[in-house]
Parts: sequence; structure tokens; C-alpha cells
Amino acid sequence: MALSRSGSKLLKPISPFFSSAPSILTRSISSSNDSITVETSIPFTAHNCEPPSRSVTTSAAELLSFFRDMALMRRMEIAADSLYKAKLIRGFCHLYDGQEAVAVGMEAAITRKDCIITAYRDHCTFLSRGGTLIEVFAELMGRRAGMSNGKGGSMHFYRKQGGFYGGHGIVGAQVPLGCGLAFAQKYSKDENVTFAMYGDDGMGTAEWRAAKSPAYYKRGDYVPGLKVDGMDAFAVKQACKFAKEHALKNGPIILEMDTYRYHGHSMSDPGSTYRTRDEISGVRQERDPIERIRKLLLSHEISTEAELKDIEKAARKEVDNAIAKAKESEMPDPSELFTNVYVKGFGVEAYGADRKELRATLP
Amino acid sequence: MATLFQGVGAVTPFSASTSLHSNKLHLPPRKSLSLSESRGAIFVHRSDARLNLKPATPKQDLLIPNAIATKGDTSTPTKSGHELLLFEALREGLEEEMERDPRVCVMGEDVGHYGGSYKVTKGLAEKYGDLRVLDTPIAENSFTGMGIGAAMTGLRPIVEGMNMGFLLLAFNQISNNCGMLHYTSGGQFTIPIVIRGPGGVGRQLGAEHSQRLESYFQSIPGIQMVACSTPYNAKGLMKAAIRSENPVILFEHVLLYNLKERIPDEEYVLSLEEAEMVRPGEHVTILTYSRMRYHVMQAAKTLVNKGYDPEVIDIRSLKPFDLYTIGRSVKKTHRVLIVEECMRTGGIGASLTAAITENFHDYLDAPIVCLSSQDVPTPYAGTLEEWTVVQPAQIVTAVEQLCQ
Repeated sequence: MALSRSGSKLLKPISPFFSSAPSILTRSISSSNDSITVETSIPFTAHNCEPPSRSVTTSAAELLSFFRDMALMRRMEIAADSLYKAKLIRGFCHLYDGQEAVAVGMEAAITRKDCIITAYRDHCTFLSRGGTLIEVFAELMGRRAGMSNGKGGSMHFYRKQGGFYGGHGIVGAQVPLGCGLAFAQKYSKDENVTFAMYGDDGMGTAEWRAAKSPAYYKRGDYVPGLKVDGMDAFAVKQACKFAKEHALKNGPIILEMDTYRYHGHSMSDPGSTYRTRDEISGVRQERDPIERIRKLLLSHEISTEAELKDIEKAARKEVDNAIAKAKESEMPDPSELFTNVYVKGFGVEAYGADRKELRATLP
Repeated sequence: MATLFQGVGAVTPFSASTSLHSNKLHLPPRKSLSLSESRGAIFVHRSDARLNLKPATPKQDLLIPNAIATKGDTSTPTKSGHELLLFEALREGLEEEMERDPRVCVMGEDVGHYGGSYKVTKGLAEKYGDLRVLDTPIAENSFTGMGIGAAMTGLRPIVEGMNMGFLLLAFNQISNNCGMLHYTSGGQFTIPIVIRGPGGVGRQLGAEHSQRLESYFQSIPGIQMVACSTPYNAKGLMKAAIRSENPVILFEHVLLYNLKERIPDEEYVLSLEEAEMVRPGEHVTILTYSRMRYHVMQAAKTLVNKGYDPEVIDIRSLKPFDLYTIGRSVKKTHRVLIVEECMRTGGIGASLTAAITENFHDYLDAPIVCLSSQDVPTPYAGTLEEWTVVQPAQIVTAVEQLCQ
């Protein structure tokens, strides 16, 4: 049920926009949690299972939180791009912009007890699992305030209490790990699931060149599958909810998220050798996840154009603040080279390179 | 008259800039001539496009190579050479071998259409086709195994690991099949494969992408390992590895691809088992390879100013060690310092220390000092990463302490 027009004019979203806190909706009008039914962009295509319905129930609160979270993620990735070009981020940087709907939709369907494990394109997934922007930027810049103390880098984001298991650099290495997470969940019978994510590629190459069969959701006919429009956060949410129920009853299921990244594979890939710029801008115009939510918010009259712009501005400000704070954080101390190699108490001495200087005891 | 090109000559130390200019065309002195006599295949490509073989090598069916524009047709062998970067030298070696022998093929991730993630195979797919320069999916175990299988039938594949660390996924193939098949088949199958790729600690690439696999592979019986460090030896070792009947793992380094050097126009092939004398000296033998060579040469500059005379040897051949060159040096200086990028535990330096101690114990005046990387996963933070590898200052300190 849409909110009345007068209500939306009176209130502006004033809540500070921390993604680690639950999204506080400032509208005191109680109908903001009324359910709204949204149709996904396209029906699901299923393989060996019954597809879920196209109608997804949501609420104004959820729509706004989706918008906020995705705007924040988008801003974060673009800021990371500039930081990389300014040589504050070195090494590898794989950006997620364009794919925010997957992270946000998945998060809406599951709990923090469910595990997510992914590959190296992990900045936004970390955020959606309860990470903070400061941790992200500090880690990207190799500072101590990062979630891995600056020792991991872009590809090694983890958050144990959020159920986010990384963050892996070697392509495909996270899939058996994800299997292990699920095994442990089955073992302890705690009715949770694991989402092991992996991409269709890991190179600056087009899909048709790298994969034998691009119908990933069919996966050689071993496991049931569902093809989902990954640019539609509600489709993702519905699919993940369905997948969780299915997995708890029947075992593994493949979700093929048809998503799109605007940047190249990594910062060293221009992303234009295997696709045209028209393709990228076409997707941006027609399938952009944030635009879709924006249209929904406007059409259901939940907020005005100006308010949404304010949200985006707030996101930008938040990201800038986080970057500034992260820049203040110092580099790790040299003694930290030897911390966390082993768990505390091993007591092995490590000599410096010449066996005389820089003696440190492993903690 | 055979002109021999060996890696002799002074090398200017590696400074903050990443280019290396050196005129390597000093004709080697007499003594190295005799050195090469005692070892195997040094090929000389004459200007009239005939291949001159040294007697130690078996006869092969040779194709007359096409005339390539850069090769001097009518001029004398000692020309000024041409300048190029290390990855271009690798490409040149690769291209010459592909031209020479139609059985040579390349396979790896992004080698064909993309041109190679470090541009080593750029242009080759357009020239030789999609099958000879094969783009593989991200399945290291599978395509390394595929390369080994192809080698068993007589092809000479070159498998490129986009980063050496990814070859850990192919360890089973490399250890069990690559190394062992010649032995377990009683000599029936040879595996003339070359596995190459960049490894080593780069600029903040993270732990998984900064691995030094030479320490893990060194125990595998049946394979040979070489590490290149200059454009000159990169091209020579690439060609030698391709022509070798044994499986060879060629270790390149991520940070060395843009080194510039002048290399000869004539064709040359280096010996796989030979070490390179970078700087002769009297006081201490410094053994090193790959990127650490440049840290050593930078330290050598400081050491020379302080009055020391280090002898720097780039061991190049990581398996087997060139104990002949190393031994002669140890017998001269009686002090050994090993500088490597491997981890301290179980690294190349550890094996080299054991080998030298076993063979030349009587000639040592002091215990062998081995400077290696710390036994930690390479951290992402720049300052920590610097502490992980050996820095020139530490080399200087070590030499001073060794020579007391």
C-alpha cells in the first residue's frame, strides 16, 4: 500500500547511513512496513525444480534500505577506483559495481548465521555482511585499521561474526571451502545454509571463450538450478529464499545470477576488449539495479526524487569520511610481520633476514 | 670460427629505475672458452643461416629458419645487437623456436587472444593460429596435464602459468606425471615440456600471488628448474628449455619483465645447467638468482665502496646446481653468502647450503650464511612486504659480518 503523498513530503530520511547498523527508517508512519508486492523483471528459469513465483513481497522500508545499501556500495567501488588510480591501493582490485543487487538481495533473504563465501570481488559482500567502510578502505590501503590488519588486501576480506568467509584470490578455490562450510552446517544440524559464490571467468576474456557451456544453471545435469536476473534485487532475494528452503530439504542447488559488472575484471583490465562500450552503457541504462529500485520508490511514491538524491549524497559523504579516516590509520608495525602466522603460544623465534638483526618472537 | 656468447661481463647494479642498460658484448676471455667446451650445447647461428652444433649434442632434424628482419644477414657476428625488454626477449626466444620447430606450441590462460597477461605471447596467436597458441580455461591441473600428455606423444608444449602460484593447482601433474613418467615408463616416454610463469614477491599483490614455487618443486625428481634474470639469459634459457628433452620449469619474476638490455642479434642458446658469473671477486661468494641478483648488485656497489670485493654468481640453474662454478668460487673465496627470495625453511638456499657444505666443507672459512625471505605469508601492506624480502642493506651487513 503506498504511503500518502503528504506523509512523504514531511519527513526526510535523516538517519545516519551506517551499513553496519540495521537500517533505521525515520518515517514514523507505521504503514511504511506494509507489504508491497513487486514483480520481478523476468520469470525464473528452472532446471529440475519448480521455480518460485514472480511476485515478491517487500515493504517501503526494505525498498529504501536496498536503495541506501546499493548506493553506498556503488559509491564505495567508484571511490576505490579513484584510490587505485591515485596509487593508494596497490596490487589487485576487483570492483563490484553493477552487481550490487546480488549482495543486497542475498542478504535480505538470509540470516547472519548463514555463510557466504566468495572469490576476490568481495568488497560489497563484506559490507553487506556487516562490515564497515573504514575497515574496507583501511584494508585496501594496507593500514592497520583494516579487517585483516592490512595484511590481506583487496582479495582477503573476512568477517567471522558476520558469517562472511572471504575473500579468495585463487579462482575456484573457494568452492570446496564453501562445500566444507555447508558440511559443517549439516553436521551440526543447525538449519543454516552456505552460499558459495563464484564467477564465470577470472580473466580478461569473454564468456564464450572461457566456458564450455554457458548455461551454468544446468551445470551438467547433476544439481537442480535456477536462472535469476541478477540485476533485480527482488529476484535475487526471492531466489535466495527459495534456494535456502530447497537446500535445507533437498540438497545443493545452483543459482545462476545473470549479473553484469561495469568495470573490467580487475583494474588492469579495461573491460573493453571483449565487449563494446555500447553494451556497457546499454546495460547501465536498462538494467542498472539502483535505477530499478529508484523507479520503484518513485512509482510507489515512497519518496521523491530529491530525497533519493539526498540519500546518494549522504552515501558519498559517508564514503569520503571513511576514506579520510582510513588514510589517518597508520601502516602496520614491522613486528606485525610475524603476528598471526601461528595461533598465540607457539613461541618460535624468527630471525631476521641475516639471522642477526630483527629478532622477533612469534606471538 | 665459433663465437661463444656467455653471460660474462660487468652488469650495472639495479637501481631505483627498472631499466637495465648494459653492453654485454665483451668477447669472453680465454678461460670461459674452455669452460664451455666442458659443458654441453652452445649453439651458434651463423650469418649464412646454417646451424653449427657442438659435438656434445645429438643431431636433430633442423628446419632452416626464415630470415627474420632483425638478424644481420651479411655483417660480422659481433654486431651491436638490439635493445629490448625482458618479456620481449622471452617472446623472441619463443617465436624463434616456434618458427624453427612446428611441434612447439604454447598453452595457458590468456596467451592467445589477449596476448599473454605479461605480453610474452603477444602477436603469436595471430601468427601461428589458435591451436598452436592455445587459450585455456582457468583449470591449471587440466591444461598442465594436457601439456604433459601432448609432450608424451612428441609435441613440445610450453605451459604458461599466469602466476606461478596457480601452478600449485597443477602440482599433481607436475610431480607425478611430468617428473616421473620418463622413469616409470623405463625411458619410453620423454616429456619435453616447458612450464613457465612469473612468480616471486611483486608490488603488494597479496599472499596468494607472491609465491615462490621453486622451493616446493625442487624435490621433484626428473625435472629441471631454471630462473632467468636478464633479457639475455631469459631468451637463452627459454630456447634451451624448449630444446631440452627434459621437463624444464622456467621461473620468471613479476618485477623483472620490464628490464631493458641489449642482446645479440645472432641466435644463441644458453646452457640450462650453468651458473652465470656476474661479478668476479676475491673476498666472498654471493650466490643468488632472479630478482635478488639486483638487490645483491646494489649491495655490491656499497660493498665495493667499503673495500670489499664480492664475487657474485647468478646460479640460474636451480635444479641441478652448477656445483662446478660454485665450487671453483668457494675454493677461491672461502666464504659463501646465499641471497634468495625463497622462504628460509626448505628453500633453494637451504638445499644449496647443504650441497655446498657436503661438497666443499674443507674450503669454507666460515659457516654459510643464507639470507632468505621471512617464513610468513606475504602481507599486502607495503611496509611489511618490504620487510619480507631481503633488502640490500641486510646483504651489506651480512657480508661485513661474514668477512670479519
